[in-house]
Amino acid sequence: MPGTPILQLERIEVIYDQVILAVRGISLAVPQGGIVALLGANGAGKSTTLKAISSLVRAERGEVVQGRILFDGTDITHANPAKLAESGLVQVLEGRHCFGHLSVEENLKTGGFVRRPSRADLSASLEKIYHYFPRLKTRRHSLAGYTSGGEQQMVAIGRALMAKPRLILLDEPSMGLAPQIVEEIFEIVRDLNQREGVSFLLAEQNATVALRHASYGYVIENGVVATEGTASELAGSDALQASYLGGKTVASLVAA
Amino acid sequence: MGFFLEVLAGGLLAGVMYSLVAIGFVLIYKASGVFNFAQGAMVLFAALTFVSLLERGVPFWLSFVITLLAMVALALLIERAVLRPLVNRPPITLFMATLGLSYVIEGAAQALWGAQVHGLDLGIKDEPFEFAGLLLSQFDLFAAATAAVLVTTLSLLFSKTRIGLSLRAVADDPLAALAIGIRLQRIWAVVWAVAGFVGLVAGLLWGARLGVQFSLSLIVLKALPVLIIGGFTSIGGAIVGGLIIGASEKLAEVYIGPLIGGGIENWFPYVLALLFLLVRPAGLFGERAIERV
Ligand SMILES: Nc1ncnc2c1ncn2[C@@H]1O[C@H](COP(=O)(O)OP(=O)(O)OP(=O)(O)O)[C@@H](O)[C@H]1O
Ligand SMILES: [Mg+2]
Repeated sequence: MPGTPILQLERIEVIYDQVILAVRGISLAVPQGGIVALLGANGAGKSTTLKAISSLVRAERGEVVQGRILFDGTDITHANPAKLAESGLVQVLEGRHCFGHLSVEENLKTGGFVRRPSRADLSASLEKIYHYFPRLKTRRHSLAGYTSGGEQQMVAIGRALMAKPRLILLDEPSMGLAPQIVEEIFEIVRDLNQREGVSFLLAEQNATVALRHASYGYVIENGVVATEGTASELAGSDALQASYLGGKTVASLVAA
Repeated sequence: MGFFLEVLAGGLLAGVMYSLVAIGFVLIYKASGVFNFAQGAMVLFAALTFVSLLERGVPFWLSFVITLLAMVALALLIERAVLRPLVNRPPITLFMATLGLSYVIEGAAQALWGAQVHGLDLGIKDEPFEFAGLLLSQFDLFAAATAAVLVTTLSLLFSKTRIGLSLRAVADDPLAALAIGIRLQRIWAVVWAVAGFVGLVAGLLWGARLGVQFSLSLIVLKALPVLIIGGFTSIGGAIVGGLIIGASEKLAEVYIGPLIGGGIENWFPYVLALLFLLVRPAGLFGERAIERV
């Protein structure tokens, strides 16, 4: 990985409610312009790691008690979430979390406010989002709560993009979606990565899809990194199959 | 029939006064999930500050502006001293905090301005006049018009401005709002300030009607049935709830009252609210969670 990584975690530990140790010394790096996957089973600590980076753990009575998080080389371990969004690091939460009673377009707009853009700038950014997600343009006036799961995922990603981030933490984008929609969303992620230069740290249970689009991956188990490697290494690795897929091979999952 | 309509119209207009108080609750409840028991104390604080300034010879509009600034300062103080330290606590803790807050605000109002009753004259005569063949109170009409302007302003604020959109975003999903860089503390401060402004308007109208005195803070109890009927999360619901309470309590007083010896107005709204609670626990306009995966 040449140059300074856009994101670096150095042995971070995260505690909830002052007793539950959910992440126990995770180190990882996301290179500039990279897509990195964070894999692991239920409760492994993927979401906690992402929320530690975005400082959202603190809103859930969690705390980073050990280690450092560096964004572009700057220590952001205890930064304020609003400051992070302002400086180009935005998380898309697991389960999408759209503002259900706001229209699709209003949802998108709220994502841009952090930049304090002019009116013209805001509508230009909006058009750009519609360019990547044409489906959202047709649903722009619908309440987000009444759109489909796939559309909600697009709203959530589009809303994050409105902040013009350099790094997006994307938590389980495939959750509960049909394979075809998952594919569509990952294609857009790849597009954004290549054309806009946005880096992604991607938490997924669906290793197959994630490793097809990421270049590098970490497998987390009980709050520690069990394995890491390039996507192709991981896709074929026994460690991944044993520790995380419960013995099933990636190939058999693809077939299923 | 004419008499019935007159009672109905009078009741509807009186109901608007309840709605005004209820709107203050809705704002804070929507944005932070807190049932703000101190809303009544804020109404009192505003009315007392305003009338005391007026009595010291400060002109009407200047008094209004100074009181408004005082309400904003109060909101900022509450956000700093009460809400921020209690962030992430269960709603019941926050409710208890606002209960305590209401005593602090009342105490402060008393220490600042004394405990005597003040008359408040807004220059609107509270005498009946004829409108479309009905005898209506001029004051009630003025109150209704004020409420209409207020509600229109608020709905424009919420649908057209960035701060309004952010506020609705926070109401829907605070964690997601945080994730996109909305500053919750700023939003809370704004909401409490707006609720303070609504409290000021309610305080002036109620103060003009009842006199500015400590019992003014008890109008929270009048707002409760309105909220149960209209739902805690909808300004439209607060209006409709107020109208329903106002109209039905007047009609009950006039038509059922004589049969059972009067005094119905004091308890009727609660019975009505209980009935609603059984049929529609979220209120008429309460936001039920959008069911969709
Ligand atoms: N707010 C919280 N309070 C207490 N414990 C929590 C909290 N959130 C998560 N945990 C615990 O931390 C551990 C890691 O959870 P986390 O949500 O990070 O896992 P995950 O890898 O994202 O799982 P999933 O695939 O189910 O989303 C789990 O044991 C979980 O029970
Ligand atoms: Mg998770």
